[in-house]
Amino acid sequence: MAEEIFNEMYDGGTVRDIYASLEDWTTAMPGDLRQMKQAEAEALFRRIGITFAVYGEGGDPDRLIPFDMFPRVFSQDEWRRLERGIKQRARALNAFLVDVYGRGEIVRAGRVPGHLVYRNEAYEKAVVGFVPPKGVFSHIVGIDIVRTGPTDFLVLEDNCRTPSGVSYMLENREIMMRMFPELFRNARIEPVDAYPTLLRRTLASVAPERCEGEPTIAILTPGHFNSAYYEHSFLADQMGVELVEGPDLFVEAGRLWMRTTEGPKRLDVLYRRIDDGFLDPLCFRPDSMLGVAGVMDVYRSGGVTIASAPGAGVADDKAVYTYVPEMIRFYLGEEPILQNVPTWQCARPDDLGYVLDNLGELVVKEVHGSGGYGMLVGPKSTAEQIASFADLLRAHPENYIAQPTLALSTCPSFVAEGVAPRHVDLRPYCLVGDKIELVPGGLTRVALREGSLVVNSSQGGGVKDTWVLAE
Amino acid sequence: MLLSRTANNLYWIGRYMERAEMTARLLEVGSRIALLPSAGHGYRNDWESILRASGTAEGFARKYGDPVQRNIESYLFFDRDNPSSVISCFERARENGRIVRTALTSQVWDALNSAFQELRALERQPRSTLELSEINEWTMRQTALLRGAIDATQLRGDGYDFLMLGYSLERGDNTARLLDVKYYVLLPKADYVGSGLDSYQWLLLLRALSAHRAFHWAYGGEITAAKVADFLILNRRCPRSLLTSVTLSADWLGRLAGTYGRRTPAQDAADALRDEVAGHSVEDIFDEGLHEFLSRFIVATGEIAAQVHDCYLSGEAR
Amino acid sequence: MILTVAHRTTYRYDAPIRLAVQSLRLTPSVFDGQVTERWSAVVEGGERGPGYRDGAGDWVESWSLRGPADAVAVVVEGQVETRDLDGLLRGHRELVRPPVYLRDTPSTLADVMLTDFARDVAGSESEALAQAHALAAAVTDAIAYRPGTTAAHTTAAEAFAQGEGVCQDHAHALIAAARVVGLPARYVSGYLLAGEDGTAHEAAHAWAEIHVGALGWVGFDPANRCCPDARYIRLSSGFDAQDAAPIRGIAQGAGSESLEVAVAVAAAQQ
Repeated sequence: MAEEIFNEMYDGGTVRDIYASLEDWTTAMPGDLRQMKQAEAEALFRRIGITFAVYGEGGDPDRLIPFDMFPRVFSQDEWRRLERGIKQRARALNAFLVDVYGRGEIVRAGRVPGHLVYRNEAYEKAVVGFVPPKGVFSHIVGIDIVRTGPTDFLVLEDNCRTPSGVSYMLENREIMMRMFPELFRNARIEPVDAYPTLLRRTLASVAPERCEGEPTIAILTPGHFNSAYYEHSFLADQMGVELVEGPDLFVEAGRLWMRTTEGPKRLDVLYRRIDDGFLDPLCFRPDSMLGVAGVMDVYRSGGVTIASAPGAGVADDKAVYTYVPEMIRFYLGEEPILQNVPTWQCARPDDLGYVLDNLGELVVKEVHGSGGYGMLVGPKSTAEQIASFADLLRAHPENYIAQPTLALSTCPSFVAEGVAPRHVDLRPYCLVGDKIELVPGGLTRVALREGSLVVNSSQGGGVKDTWVLAE
Repeated sequence: MLLSRTANNLYWIGRYMERAEMTARLLEVGSRIALLPSAGHGYRNDWESILRASGTAEGFARKYGDPVQRNIESYLFFDRDNPSSVISCFERARENGRIVRTALTSQVWDALNSAFQELRALERQPRSTLELSEINEWTMRQTALLRGAIDATQLRGDGYDFLMLGYSLERGDNTARLLDVKYYVLLPKADYVGSGLDSYQWLLLLRALSAHRAFHWAYGGEITAAKVADFLILNRRCPRSLLTSVTLSADWLGRLAGTYGRRTPAQDAADALRDEVAGHSVEDIFDEGLHEFLSRFIVATGEIAAQVHDCYLSGEAR
Repeated sequence: MILTVAHRTTYRYDAPIRLAVQSLRLTPSVFDGQVTERWSAVVEGGERGPGYRDGAGDWVESWSLRGPADAVAVVVEGQVETRDLDGLLRGHRELVRPPVYLRDTPSTLADVMLTDFARDVAGSESEALAQAHALAAAVTDAIAYRPGTTAAHTTAAEAFAQGEGVCQDHAHALIAAARVVGLPARYVSGYLLAGEDGTAHEAAHAWAEIHVGALGWVGFDPANRCCPDARYIRLSSGFDAQDAAPIRGIAQGAGSESLEVAVAVAAAQQ
């Protein structure tokens, strides 16, 4: 990486205004106090039970994601631009979904290759021809953003299904306010705690037309063994809705019902945190115990809204990602405010050639994967790892895309030796219902290992509170 | 309105916490009895009866064979293979709590979760550094803390009623079992009745139930089987008596029926058992046979539990 | 031709069920080859939920039946006027794009043998339609009609290797082969009038459709070495047998299930 790495705290040699109070705060904080606070934060996280189990890795199910107390700060100007870019993207992604499950104009116009859409595993034949209430497929769009310079923000990927991590955004703030109230008195930081209310409103706004009165909303979780269970229960609690599992629900007389101590209660909106394939054993995987038999028929006949809509995943596929700027132009007639990371489609022979020649400098990702399990980070890999990955690539080029290793920005972080820059990314959560809402903030993930670019919590990443300063 | 599964989890938190407490109390009785000079029948029988009272004799025999005190302590306290061990009960109560985190106040969750974390730390300590009486006291303290947190903070909604229903059903069942063990298993020979050993065992039993002072205050004089039976079965002022427990169960079910505007067979069954117990005198009970009476009570309690499941916890009832 | 259908599917349970939920696609497709004169498909004693037409053009109805019940019976009765369109699915309204049907499923995934076979057979033809015909004929030759030799979960590759099977296996094998050579293909469920000579197989029948460019979807019935004609009633389609199943259901209960099917297709007197 020849480019210079942008440290978000500094402008040249001087501390940026927005970080000034934090600079004073860290300088004034003695090392032992910091360690005490760190321990306190950890105890608080453990007490509230916010833990993260890495899927398939076994180990301690009560593991915590490391919390870095050093906040990340955005100015109001920076945020405004991000906000416009994120909302623009969320609108385009939803327009794309309505289109590809309808007439497929963008494919007919030759702007997106049909095979990427129609042959995509995430494209659900079962919902073709259906327009969900308010034309929204993806109600919570998590957009992963990286920064490479003072004004350079790039979208790394979109998450249109069930982006996780928002509970960390909220709990990180809660804990920071509890431990360091003075920081919040001195700096004017935009609050994020409206999120659960906004999410509830968003979901209520997409209730089926047939729903009379206040819609009943529930969150569908795969169960308490799921690594994100804490988040599911946290959100249900904050929104004041029921947290249900498949066996709590059943279909009868064309509607979806919840088993309660007072008998069956009708459900209008189901915020599901399980994958499409598990939603309905009659429609998808017949062996699924997590879903509800017959729910897809209820959904398609307008008896319940499912958020995110089944089939929404086709918009966040890594191969489709390349075409999001095209979607923005096609559906909105606008120029993208946030750019994509340059991406090579290994399915294209020219691109594949380039990628194979330059594997050492590239990051290669699986198009259907998630969570950073099936990827190659060229500069961090051995010659052998690169060689064996090249074989995978040659065998199934259509499964991969490649991107340059970016000079991700850093943010000061607390490490064993004191304060040091660590690479960060950002996931804001955009809510799409009858309105598009975005709380000022998001989840900042930080690669706590020195020099590491992998921020995934499954691979040793941590989290930070993310501040947007009021004017 | 509650999700049936949530009601089920709350109900089982109550049952498991009460069971944990009872297991610890049983262990306490056992360890005290073991300190007595043997009275013809051995040390071994005493412990076996303790295992039988907690319904774990078979599981123990399969795993360890002969009842040796150290093994029994481990089995009743730390063994996850024993579903009634203190650690199993705490773990399951906490797991049920984790699932319904949002139905609990943070104080209640704290009490459940901290107890579980402390117990895990205790588990890692060398067994030789742990006094049995210490861990028993620890258990009582934790269950009392949880009850206190529930009492002080939990909303008096239907969730609370299910939680308390779990406690009261389990308590009635447990008291009946404990009483049965003392009377039927521990002292099988009629000659012992009224002996010094007999009254000493009754005293231990009352102590284990933290009820000896209340007993003396209520009855005075010699401890006799009739007085203890009256106290633990029929006395409405005794918090653990069968009548108190089943009255509470009927009350909680009555509240639920009121809240939901619907009477259920569960409530009928609880009312019937309450009225039946209340209609007995201690003489009636001894005439029937204490063991027979207690067995009947345990079965009837099981039937109420089955009705509770069908009426509320399965989510099927319209 | 006017065809009448009487079709009864009974699921029996050895312990009473609490609730049954079914998704039915048991209504004749709407296209130029068939006009429904009279039709009813019900779950006996069940409650009908709202129906809808899905993206593939099938009419879907959701049914539920509250127990306790020992059996669930799905009863179809009706009359359809059919026309021979040489297998063409003319006038059928659907929104699913043909390339969607290039996707493999476990039961239609071609192995090396089936792949070589498909390339070999189709290689001699250049037109899509000719390729489809050649593949259908070759599948008929490769798999002998022999009931009882395969099961519901038998895959295309297994049936092909084994060289025998029933209409489901023929259809799976043809679908797998067509997809290998880049032709979108799908599984179709329906009814078939048995010939007087007894040649046509199975009244509750299945065949394949292959998308051949401008002609659109064309039906092929490799089990009977023909294209669907006036003896056929088309109901539903999907990636494979499971996806195209006219009845999909689930019952909540502890018992095990047994199945009875009675189906009769007859030509009405004219």
